Amino acid sequence: MKPAIFTYRRPATLHEALKLLEETGDEGKVIAGGQSLVPMMNMRLARPEYLVDINDLDDLRYIRPFEGGIDIGALTRHGDLERSAILRRLCPIVPTAAHFIGHYAIRQRGTIGGSMAHADPAAELPLLAVLLDATLTIASLDNTRSQTAREFFLSMYTTDLQPNEILTAVRFPVIPPGSGWSFKEFSRRAGDFALVSAACTMQLNSSGSVEQLHLALGGADLIPIRVDASIASFIGERPDARWRQAVAKAALNDLEPMSDVHASTQDRLDWLALTVDQVLAQSSLRANEIGEQASHTPEEEKP
Amino acid sequence: MNEVPVTLWVNGQAYAVRVSPRKLLSDVIREDIGLTGTHVGCEHGVCGACTVWLDDRPARSCLMFAIQAEGHAVTTIEALAQHGQLNVLQQALHEEHGLQCGFCTPGIVMTMEAYLHEHPNPTVDDIRDALSGNLCRCTGYQNIVAGVQKAARVLAQNSSGATSAAGSGSTHLSEGGREYV
Repeated sequence: MKPAIFTYRRPATLHEALKLLEETGDEGKVIAGGQSLVPMMNMRLARPEYLVDINDLDDLRYIRPFEGGIDIGALTRHGDLERSAILRRLCPIVPTAAHFIGHYAIRQRGTIGGSMAHADPAAELPLLAVLLDATLTIASLDNTRSQTAREFFLSMYTTDLQPNEILTAVRFPVIPPGSGWSFKEFSRRAGDFALVSAACTMQLNSSGSVEQLHLALGGADLIPIRVDASIASFIGERPDARWRQAVAKAALNDLEPMSDVHASTQDRLDWLALTVDQVLAQSSLRANEIGEQASHTPEEEKP
Repeated sequence: MNEVPVTLWVNGQAYAVRVSPRKLLSDVIREDIGLTGTHVGCEHGVCGACTVWLDDRPARSCLMFAIQAEGHAVTTIEALAQHGQLNVLQQALHEEHGLQCGFCTPGIVMTMEAYLHEHPNPTVDDIRDALSGNLCRCTGYQNIVAGVQKAARVLAQNSSGATSAAGSGSTHLSEGGREYV
């Protein structure tokens, strides 16, 4: 389990890195945390001619709130996401889901940009990016472009990222106060790749009926998918157990997850139904909790 | 074999080696530097035996090329015991019989030492969650969990002991300390 020979480059700036990628073309590969790429190289599933190590680009490691959202630099480690007080306040589903990535040591090294660019169909952060309609910033030597997550993921391990481009940032929206949210995944053992996963955000109106609902599924297709269109007709109803079952059924309608040695298509559908039920239940609870908290704002309290 | 000169800082000491860029950090630590406490199991990031610290954060040394570690501080299991004396976590694992064959132990110590530093007061579930990235085929994990729990207790006692020695008697170390200064 030793990788094939490659030429190593370690640029000091983004500009230098992009220049190298222009030169190496299809033979160049960016390495960030390396937690997916190096196993693939060790097993010789990947054999890049040139490895462009971007770990020195400290400018790409940040979590920066702005009006309505949070910008996260591509080199931000999963552990940074987990520890982030800003994210816990403004977009808590991100640190919650980040905790499910690999294991403790893996999370200290793996990066958000790497996770997006690798596009594993079971990965946590791409699922959130699709759920929340994240925007990705992509740089090449003579251009910087933005793309939504739903345009970015093309197929299993395949994105719209070109060989001369580097993903530099991911922009998540704030999950507004009063919104319920939830992320769940099903795997055989802790830290394994998820067989299926689901993530949800939900808003309730004052009478407890669903006002807004977004639902994304992982392990259901070659890329994470948002199934809002299939479940739109359930908006306006109260999120009780029967409603959740009906939503899960509609969400999975027409889906045919892959079948492999780990699980059959039917297994995956069954676990998806269960996982969707769980994220809907937890989201509605959280929406209620937050609603109650908001009606008891401590501003007026006087000890 | 396109070897290049690489200088690595391992356990506070500089090592100048010539290695191919494709050589894994785990292999260079063992073969070129001669520190064989870092063990190599699966070589694709699953078993955790090769865990070291890179700038004080745990990292799989089989998922890094040695050349990438240039300019960073690498710490291996050899740095933890001082003057022949096991550190608190090592001693606790020893006392609780948290190892049998010992192959996985260096990786477990490097992982959990860092974890306890970041989470000084873990629950049993927290410990099991953090341990999930390190495979042990001997112990069944029960005694490893017990050892880590014991280490957490001893470390907490040691730090509160330091405070009461300063005269506060408070368990809130920094606050208590400042109040009585």
